[in-house]
Amino acid sequence: MSEQVYWEDVTEGMELPALVKEPTTRQLVQYAGASGDFYEIHYDKDFAIGNQLDGPILHGALKSAFLGQLVTDWMGPLGTLKRLQCQYRGMDAPGQPVTVKGVVTRKYAEDGQYLVECELRLENAAGQNTTPGSATVALPSRGS
Amino acid sequence: MSSQESLLTEEMKRQAIGLEGAPAVMEVEKGHILRFAEAIGDPNIQWTEEAAARKGRYGGITAPPTFLRAMRGATVELPFELSFSRRLDAGSDWEYFQPARPGDRITAVARIADLTERSGRLGLMVFMTTVTTYRNQFEEVVATQTNTLIAY
Repeated sequence: MSEQVYWEDVTEGMELPALVKEPTTRQLVQYAGASGDFYEIHYDKDFAIGNQLDGPILHGALKSAFLGQLVTDWMGPLGTLKRLQCQYRGMDAPGQPVTVKGVVTRKYAEDGQYLVECELRLENAAGQNTTPGSATVALPSRGS
Repeated sequence: MSSQESLLTEEMKRQAIGLEGAPAVMEVEKGHILRFAEAIGDPNIQWTEEAAARKGRYGGITAPPTFLRAMRGATVELPFELSFSRRLDAGSDWEYFQPARPGDRITAVARIADLTERSGRLGLMVFMTTVTTYRNQFEEVVATQTNTLIAY
């Protein structure tokens, strides 16, 4: 994990360190078991093809977990995740690496909290953003 | 498909919106958190290493942000049948208020917040927005999740 980031160190436009994930069919089975989402399009190739897909696809919620990991890695142990949202715009397949990225879009103080908003994206190998999202985190302040 | 008529009447929307599913109760287990963190490939010590997390601000491990999704019992069904066989998860919006810790007894209730239809490239599609509220054993709201499901 990285060192603690403080609110004062953050500037709008700052990029979060990117995270590369290499999901496999095995991981989708693992995620199905851990999450209880056993919808067959995530691990049964014949079933997926029967549903007009080229093959199994990643669980949307797994991709939101990847976005969550990007943000919680960055905010450090003293950061607090307040909000995490994303839209599943495109499908991603196991065997294809994805890169999760984030950029700080807003920095503000409110009700005694030091907050930062980030825009998030999950890019496939072709650089397409299949899962746009955003997050709000509270960071520690050096002044408090 | 584009010639398909509207499926949702105002009466159907009135019946559906606001409807709550049965509460689902789950105890947060440390082993489940570890399995979930391993499944998403997130080695953050806050969810994976008790000894290190004990020295931190929460005094122990907590669940990763999307863990509560594993409470599969928290669903709400439409009060009528729709003639769609396929569904897609369109997006998710989490708000967090308290950490979820091992030993917590979480009660989740899902509510239909909105129901709309739209004609798109897949023909007629119905969008159902649900809001699931997760409360702990102290009646504190731990998180809410707004989820959009497309049936087509």
